[in-house]
Amino acid sequence: MDGLKGDSIASALHAQGIKTLTKSLRYDLPRGFFCGIGKCSSCLMRVNGIPNIRTCIAPLLEGVKVEIQDKLPDIPDAKFQSKPKKIVSVDILVVGAGPAGLSAAIEAAKQGTKVLIADENLQIGGQLIKQTHKFFGSKYEKAGTRGIQIAVDLEKELKELEKSGNIDLMLNSTVIGCYEGKKGKHKFAIIKRKNYDSILYEVESRTVVIATGAMENMLLFTGNDLPGVYGAGAVQTLMNVFGVKPGNKVIMVGAGNVGLIVSYQLLQAGIIVDRVVEAAPIIGGYHVHAAKLRRYGVPILTSHSIIEAYGKDKVEGVVIVKLDKNWQPIKGSKEKVACDTVCLAVGLTPSTRLLYQFGVNMEFVPEAGGFVALHDDSMQTTVKGVFVAGDSSGIEEASTAMVEGKIAGVSASLLLGFNKNAKDLKKQYKKELDRLRAGPFGEKPRIAKRKIDKLLEKKNA
Amino acid sequence: MHSYEKDGILTLEDLVIPTKKQLEKGVAFIECIQEIPCNPCVDSCPVGAISMKNINAPPIVDYDKCIACGQCIGICPGLAIFLIKTKGDKVFITLQYEFLPIPIVGNKVKALNRKGEVVDTAIVKRIAKKDKTFIITIEANKDFAMEIRNIRV
Repeated sequence: MDGLKGDSIASALHAQGIKTLTKSLRYDLPRGFFCGIGKCSSCLMRVNGIPNIRTCIAPLLEGVKVEIQDKLPDIPDAKFQSKPKKIVSVDILVVGAGPAGLSAAIEAAKQGTKVLIADENLQIGGQLIKQTHKFFGSKYEKAGTRGIQIAVDLEKELKELEKSGNIDLMLNSTVIGCYEGKKGKHKFAIIKRKNYDSILYEVESRTVVIATGAMENMLLFTGNDLPGVYGAGAVQTLMNVFGVKPGNKVIMVGAGNVGLIVSYQLLQAGIIVDRVVEAAPIIGGYHVHAAKLRRYGVPILTSHSIIEAYGKDKVEGVVIVKLDKNWQPIKGSKEKVACDTVCLAVGLTPSTRLLYQFGVNMEFVPEAGGFVALHDDSMQTTVKGVFVAGDSSGIEEASTAMVEGKIAGVSASLLLGFNKNAKDLKKQYKKELDRLRAGPFGEKPRIAKRKIDKLLEKKNA
Repeated sequence: MHSYEKDGILTLEDLVIPTKKQLEKGVAFIECIQEIPCNPCVDSCPVGAISMKNINAPPIVDYDKCIACGQCIGICPGLAIFLIKTKGDKVFITLQYEFLPIPIVGNKVKALNRKGEVVDTAIVKRIAKKDKTFIITIEANKDFAMEIRNIRV
């Protein structure tokens, strides 16, 4: 297999038309990757004899041996379990180097704390690295700047602080667990991968900011596990990070901002977007994004949904149906459409597994995208010293994620006694956040945060 | 419910149309009517012709104040600002273009409306580049001044 420098194993396989990466456990059905960002399990393969490697975030290296796993993999007789570990101690551990995590780490390091930031991806920037469009907001959130450029700017700022010794960055590293440490400290196990091998770190920190982002939602329909059905973000990663075309003709499901923006970027990559279907009666994303698509002749069909994806071993087409005002399929409205790719842009769910390990109070808040950690306006959860920021604290935009990250960063610093004008900064950031959420598109996060406030009050009463 | 919420296409009733005189002078025409948190166009205007009550309010252009400099065109993350200037029976429309291939000055291109339908053939008059986005001015038939919003090379 050939590939380019910077490819992941999965992107290199895709570039060569290999879409089946794994088989389902019971029925042996082919599966391709779904999230493309290391969050799900549909790209697990055996790499150099080691099973369950997430090939979407594993780098492609010279001479690597990649195999499809035969159902449940055997545990290899490797010696990697008795390796020595490295021990590190910091003031703040930030988990996730996306917009929220980077902002938190930068802000905290500026306060003088010693920060370690860990991320499981190969590149810094989280999902910013695939956002080729310009961001909305005001000059304070770098409006009018492309997401990819914001990632570059944040990385530059981080590298400056790295020189001063206040920040350490660990990429290709997964925080696999957290434990109780000594004297109120938190203890973490981090696996740092290197050439498919790994080093175990034991990290002790006084506070932690969880900025682990979110994962794309699956939608229930026949054939939703066929290779060729992707999360819209996964397709964006394939195209914009790895330069690999996901297919030639796409049906986009969901007309929120993600669905609209990714559709436009598919067009930019020279891929046909046959149509966008949206189950709701109105387009959920910004009109300006919808207008960009319509100007290229892409239809957006509201009150429409997908009920089936069909094909042998990969998507060959879909069945679309019109919905009535109760969101029920209208008889006789079925339409078969040939395509090789289905993108699902039907919302996100916060990634919260680490938060559960801390024992923080988790509650189901639909407007936040699922279960989220209760947190106060300093972004601190119900466990002292554990902060959240960005999508993992409730689904929202990258611009608000950055501000939340800043608030978490200064708040964690304040808790540790670092205060370089931190209180004023916190006030300023809170104002910024309120401003961003003030309009009708900020209603959902407003409701979510209000519910979280109330649940927290009830819990504290 | 507005029709654009269903189909993504604005009608002229959704917009504040400049007068004939204002169009002859040239104006920035903004097709951004929802309350979204975004305001770089306001900051980009050198004469303060674009205003907003707050960051979520839709932008309002004072067509008389606007000097048609085009500063706001390339800054708009929604690709929603068009510079429109009429001259005789021609219209000059400036828009953001993010596709390949990039045309060259003098090229004949297809002029598309808000639905992506071809309504005219236009001539590329000027090409500028700002932050990886091409800002292209085309010349077309004046009748389509309020229709043409895209090109196909």
